[in-house]
Amino acid sequence: MKLTRRILCAFALAAAAGGAWAQSTMVMASTTSTEQSGLFNHLLPEFAKATGITVKVVAVGTGQAIDMARRGDADVLFVHDRAAEEKYVAEGFAPRRYPVMYNDFVLVGPKNDPARVRGKDIVQGLKKVAAANAPFISRGDKSGTDAAEKRFWKQAGLDNRGSGYKECGCGMGPALNIGASSNAYVLTDRGTWLSFKNRGELAILVEGDKRLFNQYGVMVVSPQKFPHVKAAEAQKFIDWVTSPAGQQAIASYKVNGEQLFFPNAGTAN
Amino acid sequence: MSAWVQLKGLDFNYGSVCALRGIDLRIAPGERVALIGANGCGKSTLLRVLDGILRPSAGSIVRDVRMRQALVFQRPFALRASVLFNVALAPWLRGLRWRAAREQAREALGRVGLEALALRNARALSGGQLQRVAFARAWALRPDVLLLDEPTASLDPHAKREVEALMADFASSGMTLVFASHNLGQVKRLATRVVYLEQGRVLADLPVQTFFNGPLGQTSREAELFVKGELG
Amino acid sequence: MNTFQESLARALQLVAQGDAALFEIVARSLSVSGVACIGACIFGLALGGWLGVARFPARGAVVTVLNTFLAIPSVVVGLVVYLLLSRSGPFGFLGWLFSFKAMVAAQVLLVLPVCTALTRQVVEDAERANGEQLQSLGAGGVLRSLLLAFDQRYALVTVLLACFGRAISEVGAVMIVGGNIEGFTRVMTTAIALETSKGDLPLALALGLILLTVVLGLNAGIALIARWRGAHAEGLALAGASA
Repeated sequence: MKLTRRILCAFALAAAAGGAWAQSTMVMASTTSTEQSGLFNHLLPEFAKATGITVKVVAVGTGQAIDMARRGDADVLFVHDRAAEEKYVAEGFAPRRYPVMYNDFVLVGPKNDPARVRGKDIVQGLKKVAAANAPFISRGDKSGTDAAEKRFWKQAGLDNRGSGYKECGCGMGPALNIGASSNAYVLTDRGTWLSFKNRGELAILVEGDKRLFNQYGVMVVSPQKFPHVKAAEAQKFIDWVTSPAGQQAIASYKVNGEQLFFPNAGTAN
Repeated sequence: MSAWVQLKGLDFNYGSVCALRGIDLRIAPGERVALIGANGCGKSTLLRVLDGILRPSAGSIVRDVRMRQALVFQRPFALRASVLFNVALAPWLRGLRWRAAREQAREALGRVGLEALALRNARALSGGQLQRVAFARAWALRPDVLLLDEPTASLDPHAKREVEALMADFASSGMTLVFASHNLGQVKRLATRVVYLEQGRVLADLPVQTFFNGPLGQTSREAELFVKGELG
Repeated sequence: MNTFQESLARALQLVAQGDAALFEIVARSLSVSGVACIGACIFGLALGGWLGVARFPARGAVVTVLNTFLAIPSVVVGLVVYLLLSRSGPFGFLGWLFSFKAMVAAQVLLVLPVCTALTRQVVEDAERANGEQLQSLGAGGVLRSLLLAFDQRYALVTVLLACFGRAISEVGAVMIVGGNIEGFTRVMTTAIALETSKGDLPLALALGLILLTVVLGLNAGIALIARWRGAHAEGLALAGASA
């Protein structure tokens, strides 16, 4: 009986999936923060309407996304770590990199701000965190956010980040979860923060610093290196997302009335 | 008279433990041989060697291949299925087609008086009923020799009598019996010949009357003591 | 306590609304794990049954290694299958990565050792107790393993349920090889992981409750059918109907 039921169920879903396979699809490796912000749920249906291509988003940490693309397991790469992206192009894994949009990072922490970081200067803020030995949760997972955070510490010239500094080796959401439950400081991108529900006592404490600028880039995975890559579809996606239509779609995405991402394709970013 | 089986200098070892030593034995068709001895003397091992599920470590065993044997165990095993299925299994495993096997099974159940239980779940039977099913299962093979390993040891007195009656019934129709038993009364009632084993060796091999009533001689001193102990 | 109450309310709400996305994810979970279980258990029962009865020199070592695979983390299985199915890997040409097929493949590899090891133990115990009698009736190794497996079928049903449980509750393998792609490879466990990482804990817990309830329903259904079958057979036997 159990067997019959299972077989029926499997066939039903296989049939449904079979139907879905008939349409044009491609795989996009992107980051958890981008997907969790909800941007893709807003953007991709419009792209599908315009071109008939369904994009399958695999959202992992930036490091893993780039590794995936390095293996040829994705057609398009959409991440936010310029240094890593340029290295990727230099190594021949992608013909070129297109800047597409930006947002910013913010430093969140407990509302009562024991380390007195509140302000507009991220480097000063981190110095104060270290000085106060305040609890700080770092992602430590080679993500774009993690790379940015490590950059800021370097700019602060600090090797010793205080005794409260902890690396969780996890995504943005889990890091914020840990931060919320231990009243710690966390560097996060605004998009994830705006859609994050488990805030506890945390609030934005440092924002607006030019250095907190977070650039996103998009690339086709090289069809030279990986002949099976759906290069035509991938290029269509890039063409669309950097076109006025795509850029408008990005700008129109709002959470609680606030715009999360700012289109800047065609700039020298 | 040609023999059913002949053992010469037969040894059997379970790993490093020697269970049978230098057994010389000849069994003729129609005999009713009782194997007796203390626990661990090798009766069960000898029965299994006679059945063919154990192969000797040394020595030889020669069987008349025209004669078939079947082994009935002390605690018979039945699968979680109907009694009919369990009995039909035996002829089916020997190559009969399932329908023919079922027919033979029905006949066998009739022979032991258990036709009514054919469709009952075998696990739901009492000890005595199950042992009779085991007899049916053995009989379904139409064996020439019936080997039995303490067939009534786990049964209550009523069931014991029923099973013994079956044994006597089978024997009277010409079947050769070789049975291990602790029950000397049973041995007296059913056997024509007694083989006494101790620590894997045959110490006495005599007609039943001689064994129980005649002088046993020096070599069978142990047998005498055993018999006295068991009868006491 | 607040979160638990909220989750319960959320779960009831989701079910009452007949949320289409939820239904899709639940159906996908059941079919991925169901298909994987069927596939793995066909091999596992045969292999385990054979191992339970077979005797050969390296058997002890084989059993020890097999039992070790009971403890393999699902994420390791996922990683191995990912590397095999990756475009840069040996089976990349199949194009199975990030699809239903990849998830089933990973769960088959995860569940196969469980089914084999547990079946082996069940059949081996049965063989030790009763193998001799079946042998005496003339049953060779393969037939014995089949007969003993049939005899132990209720224990083996529990083994199948354990395998299904292992498959449907794991998240590591199915996340890596499936990619948790919305509308394509998202299953209950990856959805729960996602909602947890997004900080929506009540929703995550609600999904967990729904998953458990679905599996509970499945098990209850099986138990009822077994009871009905058993009662039916008894009735037939007692009525003395001819087979």
